[in-house]
Amino acid sequence: MDITARSAVELHTMLVEKEIQAQELTAACLEKIRTDDQEIRAFLTVTAEQALKQAAAVDQKIAAGEKIGLLAGIPMALKDNISTLGIRTTCASKILESYIPPYDATVAEQLAQAGSVLLGKLNMDEFAMGSSTENSGFGKTCNPWNRKHVPGGSSGGAAAAVAGDEVVFSLGSDTGGSIRQPASFCGVVGLKPTYGAVSRYGLIAYASSLDQIGPVTRTVADNAHVFNAIAGHDAKDSTSIAFDKPDYSQFLQREIKGLKIGVPREYLAEGIDPEVKRVIREAIQTYTDLGALVEECSLPHTKYALAAYYLIATAECSSNLARYDGVRYGLRAAEAEDILGMVKQTRARGFGAEVKRRIMLGTYALSSGYYDAYYLKALKVRTLIKQDFDQAFAQADVLLAPTAPTTAWAFGAKADPLSMYLADICTIPVNLAGIPAISLPGGLAGGLPVGIQLMAKPLAEGVLFQAAHAFEQATAFHTLKPAPTGGAL
Amino acid sequence: MRITREQVEHVAMLARLELSGQEVGEYTRQLDAILEYAAVLEELKTEEIEPTAHVMPLMNVMREDSVRASLSQDQVLRNAPDAENGFFRVPKIV
Repeated sequence: MDITARSAVELHTMLVEKEIQAQELTAACLEKIRTDDQEIRAFLTVTAEQALKQAAAVDQKIAAGEKIGLLAGIPMALKDNISTLGIRTTCASKILESYIPPYDATVAEQLAQAGSVLLGKLNMDEFAMGSSTENSGFGKTCNPWNRKHVPGGSSGGAAAAVAGDEVVFSLGSDTGGSIRQPASFCGVVGLKPTYGAVSRYGLIAYASSLDQIGPVTRTVADNAHVFNAIAGHDAKDSTSIAFDKPDYSQFLQREIKGLKIGVPREYLAEGIDPEVKRVIREAIQTYTDLGALVEECSLPHTKYALAAYYLIATAECSSNLARYDGVRYGLRAAEAEDILGMVKQTRARGFGAEVKRRIMLGTYALSSGYYDAYYLKALKVRTLIKQDFDQAFAQADVLLAPTAPTTAWAFGAKADPLSMYLADICTIPVNLAGIPAISLPGGLAGGLPVGIQLMAKPLAEGVLFQAAHAFEQATAFHTLKPAPTGGAL
Repeated sequence: MRITREQVEHVAMLARLELSGQEVGEYTRQLDAILEYAAVLEELKTEEIEPTAHVMPLMNVMREDSVRASLSQDQVLRNAPDAENGFFRVPKIV
């Protein structure tokens, strides 16, 4: 197996046993990026020089006989909405094209502390608004499984870079499915943690009551280890929660015999591709064979989640993105003569069509006369959706559902905004309820990966790793790889 | 129609977005379709339901009001499109 295709757990052993050097590993990933990323285009910025220095520091520690952590020397990359000190951070938006953050996001700092090697910044839908990465201001990212297809979004670069073996893991962000859906489309593992479990200090905001940072990896075990490194309270993020953090890798080996798995029937209703339903049926069989107790359940307000989400998320985005006014950072339309014209032209030129559309929708939903009918109504529906989950988790430890209604679609197939929004129906309720969920490979359909999604109570990431790892070990779908040509020919 | 061209123009002004005539037309059509879809929420009776703005029971997170290090003026101004004498420079306001 190619060294860049190995898991962090395997690579850690190889580093400690001195079978490879961290610098070799980083150089191999940089070479992979050089050859493959011209086509995949997962990266917006590659930080080769700095990466090799970080890797050299890890090699020195190993040579000196120091103990290294599991993520030390492991090459990774960050979605480009995660601030990195001195490294351009664009949100894939023209408005931040040359923005260089004066500080690190807490997660960037945590991974640097862990000794992980940052190879660069990853493409995304502009400001994380989209489900295909086609909304990037700097070009599309291809799905490594079929280069004529989207990688999903908005963390499309984060999923494609991991699926394409360009990095061992990445961090994405998930507001309505933006980690899980690209993980599903690219055949990798993506975790959307409990709201507040990972610091968002330095994450450039889209919708603050929904955004969460989480890991994208090739195995469930790697995901647990990365989550170990980034989970926990951060005083710099006032929405971060204080909790007793277990060692999440301890959950991996636990048996799932007797685990209660609910399958919400609303997630297998109309609009779900028959092949995706087949994958879920097979997953139910796998879990039953492993001794889990699988039962149908109901989340009756599911059909209202998408509408509530697009009102809440856009309302929050219209407020968050008001800061891009051409004054303190980012693009400025310099020719305008008065301040109002300058702000309006800066925003017109700097934002792409989808970002403008969401700012418009959110501004409308918050505007005088419509607030009660749209925004307040959506917040009340959010309460009902959260209650659905509370009731379901009174019976079940974990819920099993599709991650996305379909496999990755071809570029340009969803030109109408509403049809793109509908691609998020299986992931959005989780964000509204603030609960954790993971997507992991559940098999293939038509040569493209299909993810299965597991959801749990707030702060119950441990049981997600437990159930996901058991499935992964029983099926080995995670070992399936895209053809080197991407199968597009 | 759930939203008119005039409303879209008004919202664009509130959002500080300069839109072309073509964009106003497109957004009117698209926002109308999205709002039509969102009308599904009207099926639900929610008079008695409390709104949820935030899922975690966190309230008034405070910290000690103590002196601590912050970014320097130079660091803060480094990304500014235009700066002068330690200030952000903008077009004439009054």
